[in-house]
Amino acid sequence: MNAALRLVNLTVSYDRHPAVHHVSAEIPAAEMTAIVGPNGAGKSTLLKALLGLAPHIEGRIETTAKRIAYLPQQAEIDRSFPISVFDTVLLGRWSRFGGFGAAKHVDIHDAQHAIESVGLSGFERRPIDTLSVGQFQRVLFARLLLQDADLVLLDEPFAAIDSKTVNDLMAVIQRWRAEQRTVIAVLHDLDQVRRDFPNALLMARELVDAGPTARVLSAENLLRARAMAEAWDEHADACDVPMKLTA
Amino acid sequence: MLYEYLIAPFADFGFMRRALVASLALSVGGSAIGVFLILRRMSLMGDALAHSLLPGAALGFLLGGLSLPAMSLGGFLAGVATALISGVIARFSSMREDASFAAAYLTAMALGVLIVSLRGSAVDLMNILFGAILAVDEAALVLVVSTATLTLVGLAAIYRPLVVECFNPGFLAAMGIRGSVYHYLFLSLAVLNMVAGFQALGTLMALGLILLPAVAASFWAREVWSMTLVAAPMAFASALIGLLVSFHAGLPSGPVIVLFASLFFLGSLLLGSRASVRARLSHPVHLRG
Repeated sequence: MNAALRLVNLTVSYDRHPAVHHVSAEIPAAEMTAIVGPNGAGKSTLLKALLGLAPHIEGRIETTAKRIAYLPQQAEIDRSFPISVFDTVLLGRWSRFGGFGAAKHVDIHDAQHAIESVGLSGFERRPIDTLSVGQFQRVLFARLLLQDADLVLLDEPFAAIDSKTVNDLMAVIQRWRAEQRTVIAVLHDLDQVRRDFPNALLMARELVDAGPTARVLSAENLLRARAMAEAWDEHADACDVPMKLTA
Repeated sequence: MLYEYLIAPFADFGFMRRALVASLALSVGGSAIGVFLILRRMSLMGDALAHSLLPGAALGFLLGGLSLPAMSLGGFLAGVATALISGVIARFSSMREDASFAAAYLTAMALGVLIVSLRGSAVDLMNILFGAILAVDEAALVLVVSTATLTLVGLAAIYRPLVVECFNPGFLAAMGIRGSVYHYLFLSLAVLNMVAGFQALGTLMALGLILLPAVAASFWAREVWSMTLVAAPMAFASALIGLLVSFHAGLPSGPVIVLFASLFFLGSLLLGSRASVRARLSHPVHLRG
């Protein structure tokens, strides 16, 4: 298997409590993988760790990806901020113009094209605080399109979004796959995962199973995941699974 | 008659001319700072920051008397220290940043008033807290105008990272940019503007001319740059009218100027083109689509 991402005994903790605990897995390249698990299972934390944004990491993350694009949960964005749809989308080209350079014609042209391809033509000058949740998610997808990344991380891309928008955005994701990009999405809708995502990674702080979706999302695995998520010990002892200590 | 009331004070008195130029510069730089303070939801933290200049300015006063460089430097250092310490406390404890700002500014106020009273009179304390327009001399003018220049150039330079850090900090982090750098650069500029303002307006009032026009502008404009363009003239108008009224009525300039800025705020709240009382009342019928 050609892996885009290899997690080696990865532990990510907040205040010494592990949110992701000794996870080892491989995620195939140019493929769509869903990360599934109960609330608090460490799914978003895992994405943050892949981006290098998690506070404390032990173990290793190996990746062949050169450019990573990330769709955050909407709650992480101040949607009342006075900025236009076009400017938000154009930020996807940050890696080209950075904090201080000017956007080139091609960037502006591509931003226009991305806005069209998520079905928001005519919305360019609208401030983002006038958009619905679904329309704003389309804006963020247009920004992802502009980032031209070989690894795309999506954190709950379809939470609170109607089925029409989900279908349109799924089409965008399918296109990424056709373009040989690796897509990793945190999802809660298991039917959708079974339908659209060939690979899955099921976790509840620890890894339950990773591989083909049909095998991973078995009733037995899902039951195990739920049982593991509910076991939470405020006064847990230090973990004694061997691991090279990092300062 | 009109000349006597509106022009003569500036034609006849050098300190009024200096105050006028100073408030023009302060309005231009300060309103841009004010707009970002609001967008970062830091209006109250900005207030706390302004109060925290006091012990530094007071220490400068204790060592150098009513000297502009000593008090300004002291105020600037105290403000930046407060911002840094509050940030550090918030990062290394579970305390929220607004609570740590409140704790820092209460400490600073108490300390500041105590230090001034060690050496100065009640008049000195009043001047430091509420400003003295007579205190705006050539040196103060240079400070205010340099501050405005530095603020505009600085904000223009860090505009994009600062905007993104406001509305989507995670994106900036994912791009490998440390947003806190821009946060603290912005806070330093904010402190600099408060220092520039406190000669004329006092530490308690300096933020008024920065924040109130920006709040008022949010009822008229809906993008960062247009809010700034609306806020600056309102700030300058408050300063101009405030100066004239305080001159003719013999009132302290700081509170009068800030009260006129409040009038602009109230007017905008009532009459503004968006999210105002008028906008709410005048369109009772909903649209077709």
